[in-house]
Amino acid sequence: MPQGAAAVLRHELIGLAGVFERNVYLVRRYLWWDVAFFVWTIANTLTIVFIGEGIEATGGDIDVERITTQLLVGAVVWAYLGVIFEILTETVAWERWEGTIEYTFMAPLSRPIHLFGMGLFAIVYGVIRAVLLFGVVALFFDLNLGQADYLAALVVLLVASISFLGIGMMTAVLPLISPEKGTQLGFMAQGILLVISGVYYPVSILPEWMQWASTISPATYALDGLRDSILDGDGLGSMGDELWPLVLIGAVSIPIGLWVFRIGEQYAKRHGKLKRSG
Amino acid sequence: MTRSNHHSSMPAVVVDGLRKEFFRNDGRAGLRRRRKRVAALEGVSFEMHRGETLAILGQNGSGKSTLVRLLSTLLLDDGGSAHVFGHDVAAETRAVRRLINRVSVEASFFKKMSAVENLSYAARFYGMPIRETRERIPEILGRVGFPRKRMGEPLEDMSRGMQQKVALARALLTAPILLLLDEPTTGLDPRSKLEVQRFIREIRQIHDATILLCTHDLVEAEELADRVGILDRGRLIELAPAAELRAKYDAVTLEDAFFAATGKAFEDEPEEEDD
Repeated sequence: MPQGAAAVLRHELIGLAGVFERNVYLVRRYLWWDVAFFVWTIANTLTIVFIGEGIEATGGDIDVERITTQLLVGAVVWAYLGVIFEILTETVAWERWEGTIEYTFMAPLSRPIHLFGMGLFAIVYGVIRAVLLFGVVALFFDLNLGQADYLAALVVLLVASISFLGIGMMTAVLPLISPEKGTQLGFMAQGILLVISGVYYPVSILPEWMQWASTISPATYALDGLRDSILDGDGLGSMGDELWPLVLIGAVSIPIGLWVFRIGEQYAKRHGKLKRSG
Repeated sequence: MTRSNHHSSMPAVVVDGLRKEFFRNDGRAGLRRRRKRVAALEGVSFEMHRGETLAILGQNGSGKSTLVRLLSTLLLDDGGSAHVFGHDVAAETRAVRRLINRVSVEASFFKKMSAVENLSYAARFYGMPIRETRERIPEILGRVGFPRKRMGEPLEDMSRGMQQKVALARALLTAPILLLLDEPTTGLDPRSKLEVQRFIREIRQIHDATILLCTHDLVEAEELADRVGILDRGRLIELAPAAELRAKYDAVTLEDAFFAATGKAFEDEPEEEDD
C-alpha cells in the first residue's frame, strides 16, 4: 500500500474509533436512562410474548412454546432494529440537539467512516441488548431452548445488520432535511420493514403485494434464520437460503445508503440546514 | 515538505466574488407556500496572508456566520469561490478540513460528557490516537486555564466562560493553521473575555495561525486584528487596518467609523436575520 494511502487509512481508522469512543462515553454518562429504557423494552416485549399463553387460555389450540418462542424472536428483532435505527438517526439528530453537528461535519473524517463508526457501535450495543433482552424475557416462560444454535443465530443477526445499516443510513439523513420530523420518519421505515417481514406471523398470511415486498426486506431473512436456528437448531450449513439474500441485500443497501446520505448532506449544505438550529 | 513550509508561500485565504443565498418563507399564495430569495453574501472578495488576524464586523444577519460556515465547508456557495491555502473549500473539503478549526459563540459540546471526553473523541476525528492525546489534552486544558480537578466533570456544570476555554482548547488541539472565530467572546463575563482574548493572541504568536475573527466587539477587533472588514447586508464594504478606517471616516472610534460606513449604529438590528 502506498505511504499516502496508508496514512489516510490510519487516519480514518482512528476516526472510526473516535466515533465508537464517543458513543461509549455517552452510554456511560446516560447509563441510568439506558437501564430505564431497557426495563421499558422488557415490559413491551413481555406484552407481546404473553400473547401465546393468552391464546391458549382463551381456548386456542396451539403449540404455546413454539408460538411464544416465535413471538420472542420477533420482539427481540424489533427491539434490535429499533436500536440500530435510533443510533444511526442520532448521527444527525442528537448532534443537532447538542449543537455539535457543525464540528463533527467539518472534521476531516470521511462520511462513510463516520457512518460506519456509528453503525459498528449500533451493532455492538444492539447485540448486547438483544442477547440480554432475549435472556431476561425467556426467564418468564418455560421454554425448552436446548436445541437452539445460538452461534448460527448470532451470525444471521450480524449479516442482517449490514443491510439494516444501509437502510439506517438512508433514514439517518432525514433529520438533516427535516429537523423537526425527520426522526419520526426513521421509525416509520422501521415499522414498515417489520410489518412486511413477518415479525409476529408468517409472511404467507400477508396480501400478495406485501409478500412480494417481503422478499426484498432483509428482516424477512433475518427473522426466518433466527427462528430456524433457535426453534429447530438449524446450523450455519443449512442457512444458505437466508444468508445469501442477506449478503446480497447488504451489498446493495450499503452503497445506496451512503449515496442517499451524501445527497441529503449536499442538500443540507446547499440550503443551510447543516447547523444547530436547523 | 512539511505542512508549514508547503503553505508558507501562498495566501492563507482567497475569497473571490463569493455569493450565498437562502430561501425564506414569505407567506402563502393560496395553498402554496411563497418563498423569497435572501442574499446572505453578495460578491464578497478578500485575501488573507499567513499569520494575519482579520476581524469582520457586522450586525446580526450581515453574513458573518455565513462566511465562516462557507469557509468551514458546511455550506455550498451560489457563486464565486473560496480557497484555503490553495484548496477549494467546495471541491477539496477534506484537505481544507485538515487545515482549519473553529470556535463559535456557542461552545457546542456533548454537555453530559467531560472536557477530556469531548476533546478525546474530537481529536480522533483529526487522526490523533490515544497515546498522542493522553498527555496532550490535560496539558492544553491547563494552558487555557481550565482547572485540572474539573477535567472529569460534565461540561453542563461549567460556566459559559469555562466552556469557551474548552472550545479554544479543542480548536488548538488539532493545530489548525486557519482558525475561524465566530463571536468567541459574546456573552462572556469581562474576566473570561480577557482570558479568551489573551489566549487568541497566544495562539497567533506561538502557533503562527491565521485567524479570521467575526465579532461584535469593536474594541476586541481593534486590539486583536491587523485589518478590519465591515460586512453590511452581505457586502464587504470596507477592509483596512482599524487606524486607516478611523482616518478615512474622520472617526475617533471604530464604532464611529462603522456608523459612518454603514449609515447605522452597530447595535441596530436589521429587519431580517440571514445567518
